[in-house]
Amino acid sequence: MRYPVGSTVRVRAGDPDHHTRMPRYVRGHVGEVVAVLDRWPLPDDSVRGIVPPRQETCYAVRFSAADLWGRGEHTVTVDLWESYLDQP
Amino acid sequence: MTSHDDLPAAARARRLEERLIAAGLTSDDEIDEFLTRLYTHASPVNGARMAARAWTDPAYRELLLSDGDAAAGEVGFDGLTYALRVVANTETTHNVIVCTLCSCYPVSLLGPSPGWYKSFAYRSRTVREPRAVLAEFGVSLPDTVRVSVWDSTSEARYMVLPMRPAGTGALGEGELAALVTRNGLIGTALV
Repeated sequence: MRYPVGSTVRVRAGDPDHHTRMPRYVRGHVGEVVAVLDRWPLPDDSVRGIVPPRQETCYAVRFSAADLWGRGEHTVTVDLWESYLDQP
Repeated sequence: MTSHDDLPAAARARRLEERLIAAGLTSDDEIDEFLTRLYTHASPVNGARMAARAWTDPAYRELLLSDGDAAAGEVGFDGLTYALRVVANTETTHNVIVCTLCSCYPVSLLGPSPGWYKSFAYRSRTVREPRAVLAEFGVSLPDTVRVSVWDSTSEARYMVLPMRPAGTGALGEGELAALVTRNGLIGTALV
């Protein structure tokens, strides 16, 4: 587990040419880890039939709407696997 | 009128079933048994029971918010196929659930998901303008309430614990559970 609760993280900005569970609207954005979830198989590997798939910690990362969309008072929290994230 | 069986998605699902069966990966019987098991037990009554229990039992509420799977197990819903995460509405925070990438949803506790939950409009707009979406569901929140959107992208499935309605102090757990709606557990309604 690399990012404890309270860590600031940036979602990688890449655009993989395979399946991923990293929604486009958070790529490149900075958020805060609000929960450390479990370790789960990385869907990018599972879907491509890579055996065994990498097992990675998943984090609930909170973003502010103002950052994502340029407006809005709400927050959006997205579950993201560790390799989707980087130091800001 | 077009029946469900005529939809292009239904035809695609049938072809996929045929291919999987032909490849020896599953059988008609196995699919039927799975669907029967799922739809016999999957119902928002389950999530409602858990919410009502959390309203009346502080220790259960704590368990529900910290370990959803254990809390589900405690009321007899063992063996969830996902990690359940429950987020509680408060005087200052209103939670709403969406899955922007597909249609992740805690089916066993909320029943089959409504069509709108799977629509492009709900999935794309809820993360961008949740107050406008909620208003269309008839939910208007004071400006002092912060909207918190949860986009289900992983193995976790989310459920909202609504606020207990005022004036229900005399009600028992069963009566309280009857007040909890499916939309209340998604966050598109108040209870």
